[in-house]
Amino acid sequence: MNPDTGADAATIDQARQFGLADDEFKRACRIMGRTPNFTELGIFSVMWSEHCSYKSSKVWLKKLPTTGQRVICGPGENAGVIDIGDGDAAIFKMESHNHPSFIEPYQGAATGVGGILRDVFTMGARPIANLNALRFGSPDHAKTRHLIDGVVRGIGGYGNCVGVPTVGGECNFHPSYNGNILVNAMTVGLARADRIFYSKATGPGNPVIYVGAKTGRDGIHGATMASAEFSEDSESKRPTVQVGDPFTEKLLIEACLELMESDAIVAIQDMGAAGLTSSSVEMAGKGGLGIELNLDRVPTREEKMSPYEIMLSESQERMLMVLKPERAELARRIFEKWELDFAVIGRVTDTGRLVLTMHGRTVADMPVGPLVTEAPLYERPWTPSPALPELAATSVAAREPIAALKALIACPDLASKRWIWEQYDHLVMGHTVQRPGGDAAVVRLPGRQKALAIATDCTPRYCAADPKRGGAQAVAENWRNLTAVGATPLAVTDNMNFGNPERPEIMGQFAQSVEGMREACLALDYPVVSGNVSLYNETNGSGILPTPAIGGVGLLDDAAKAATLAFKREGEIVVVIGETTGWLGQSLYLRELFGREEGAPPPVDLKAERRNGDFVRAQIVAGAVTSCHDVSDGGLLVALAEMAMAGGIGATLSAPQDRPAHAFWFGEDQARYVVTCRAPDALLQAAQKANVPARIVGKTGGAALTLAGGNAISVAELKRLNEAWLPAYMAQ
Amino acid sequence: MQAAIILFPGSNREQDVHDALRRATGKEPLRIWHRDSDLPKADLIVIPGGFSYGDYLRCGAMAAHSPIMREVKARADKGTPVLGICNGFQIITEAGLLPGVLLTNQTLRFHCKDVHLRVETSQSVYTRRYNAGQVIRVPVAHHDGNYFADADTLDRLEGEGRVAFRYCSADGEITDDDNANGSARAIAGILNEQRNVLGLMPHPEDATDPLLGSTDGQGFFASLAEALA
Repeated sequence: MNPDTGADAATIDQARQFGLADDEFKRACRIMGRTPNFTELGIFSVMWSEHCSYKSSKVWLKKLPTTGQRVICGPGENAGVIDIGDGDAAIFKMESHNHPSFIEPYQGAATGVGGILRDVFTMGARPIANLNALRFGSPDHAKTRHLIDGVVRGIGGYGNCVGVPTVGGECNFHPSYNGNILVNAMTVGLARADRIFYSKATGPGNPVIYVGAKTGRDGIHGATMASAEFSEDSESKRPTVQVGDPFTEKLLIEACLELMESDAIVAIQDMGAAGLTSSSVEMAGKGGLGIELNLDRVPTREEKMSPYEIMLSESQERMLMVLKPERAELARRIFEKWELDFAVIGRVTDTGRLVLTMHGRTVADMPVGPLVTEAPLYERPWTPSPALPELAATSVAAREPIAALKALIACPDLASKRWIWEQYDHLVMGHTVQRPGGDAAVVRLPGRQKALAIATDCTPRYCAADPKRGGAQAVAENWRNLTAVGATPLAVTDNMNFGNPERPEIMGQFAQSVEGMREACLALDYPVVSGNVSLYNETNGSGILPTPAIGGVGLLDDAAKAATLAFKREGEIVVVIGETTGWLGQSLYLRELFGREEGAPPPVDLKAERRNGDFVRAQIVAGAVTSCHDVSDGGLLVALAEMAMAGGIGATLSAPQDRPAHAFWFGEDQARYVVTCRAPDALLQAAQKANVPARIVGKTGGAALTLAGGNAISVAELKRLNEAWLPAYMAQ
Repeated sequence: MQAAIILFPGSNREQDVHDALRRATGKEPLRIWHRDSDLPKADLIVIPGGFSYGDYLRCGAMAAHSPIMREVKARADKGTPVLGICNGFQIITEAGLLPGVLLTNQTLRFHCKDVHLRVETSQSVYTRRYNAGQVIRVPVAHHDGNYFADADTLDRLEGEGRVAFRYCSADGEITDDDNANGSARAIAGILNEQRNVLGLMPHPEDATDPLLGSTDGQGFFASLAEALA
């Protein structure tokens, strides 16, 4: 019997089942001065899960730059906050829901959207845009079709109902994701810079309020599930997946934002992973205070829930708030108007302890501080990824460029994702200036001339081949995508998806990716303001490609000046900005045409990246170019084809004679853009002055892409090839 | 012209139609919460898009039984124009202001995309600034927009010139490929007998700003501004 709580002491076997290592269990006993009971053990185990504690990643994440002139709040709160001028703030974050989405794709993806929305409106922002970075296994894998279908329906089902436009994202495929898909959801919200809400509890005696949906037995120990590898029995984990209710979320958004118009809120925290446990512990921990909760008062939708179940439930659409006592009635009226539960379930104390009571008994009594500050922190051993040799362009066979283009434009990674984004309401709210399918989404701010540009990026095959270069490339490509619409990139959120960190080679991928990201963020003045880590993306010992997904936010002073990738008129000159060496290592040309995933990925010259990007942005803002597109997966000819398809206008193109044509057209050198203009002389002169490589590659016009002295393909045929794959695949 | 927009829990395109009305009329529409017992005097009542009550039952079925809908019906009977867009169309058909129902899209999926509509009649306060036969491009964004009614009802709607919009090709042809959701006779919007109630699935309110890709919906709101001035 446990003297404090009258409950039996937990056992080390239970601790192991909860995913605690033996020495972590010992540490918990030491902190408690006794063996924790079952409920307390549950609380330790989720707070110290990888998902909640970042115990393997924290030492590395600290290396990322997180401050800057625009940063109002960096990592550590529910989401990052940046200053976008005129008293406005953008609040944003990206978060994974990988494990649940594999087990139960509809609800896993839906609740991923719900969770990230809450992270953003918790801080006082109205969500104005959602994006999703998705990675699926091989299209040939038996589960892939079912997973795409469920994930896309889930994202749409949730986002469409809450009325926040899903404006962009990415989707690609690789066999390494066969057993572990990635569903990374990003939300961007708009708030007033002087009305940001934080999670630090203050004022002992202040009431602790529970609002939103009722607590059920869903999602118990979800955070622990998300902190372990999968095996054959992962199907049996379905009960750990939560169930989403977007209608309640919509009401919760409106009710919270209405309450935030008053001065009632002292602190607010959404109940995400580890539910009531992490929200109460984090609020009290940040304030250096204690918290007392009477679990009898927690609204439940099932009978006879135990304290353990109530504390670990991950039921969705719930929030915890500390209110000024005199404002509690005002808050109650607002939540009742929106037909949401509102319950005073406890109070802030000065004891520094988390005390839970139920049925008149104390069921848990534990110190808050050590739960957070003495959480395990691991400097896990790591080994660097072996460097791969550079691949000479001459060692790769030359295919006729138009034939190669046809294959590439129809391959799963490059095929149009229209089938996906047309299932998302990307227009609701009436501010979507650039819809999905471009380099970045552009969303105008209500009542303003300015707009935000938003994109997500990562090239996992580069990260696998060279994690440091890949980490830098993910940041650089994201920065480039925002630049390509004319925006000034301001800050990023990261979603670090990796395998089992207990394997030194995986930890090495993580460490080196962070190093690359760090260099790129510093060189591009592009701080990380929020993020999420998802480890243990492995099944039966086989890990995913390292995938540090980057979500970036940039600012356009004038939404009307945003550039798009579509060719606008016939007879315009097509110019490539940036150096084309013809780098074929890790290119899609190599993989899709020859089945080879080989060589070092393209180098990332951050100085060139910055110089070329700043030049292109200035040209866009000055109105000197009529279209702009970044060059990435598939290389130059793919980028040109995408511009032709978007505009319904062809072009005649020529390659220089001094290098292999296949390397020129399909190499994936970084820091490049394609622009079109009417006055190439001025553009080329300006480029020369800025020390930016620029080369004319052709002229727009006609109904086909034509290679000078070579073959041609009609834009209509390109479009057909590009649009056909995904709908046909999903219809099988 | 004073418009009143009725809000249900789960409405989510109220701002879009608010902005479109303000742009056309220069006047801020009123926002009316569904539980407000008094519906103020208004020249136009709008039920906007969204997912009222989550649409966990048949779309619009819960909102249709909301007390405020009795007052909306009474106003409609007296001739006040009532506009239901998307979820609003679903609600007013469920409430019996218009015949027929909106079934799940033929593909069983949500679709958000631009479609072409053929304006079938200019004889309404909503369409007087268009010409019959004119083709406009506006977005749809719905999961349940597949209009269905029995053949007699459809014949009657057509015979009385109460089909306001049909899905069509860019050239105004009615084809299966251009029918956004499988609607009977490609119907996208219909009028009641008095021609003061209009329900439509597409979103002309999201096609009223040149920055957002199409201004073809401006005629819709200009019609209202002119007719109800």
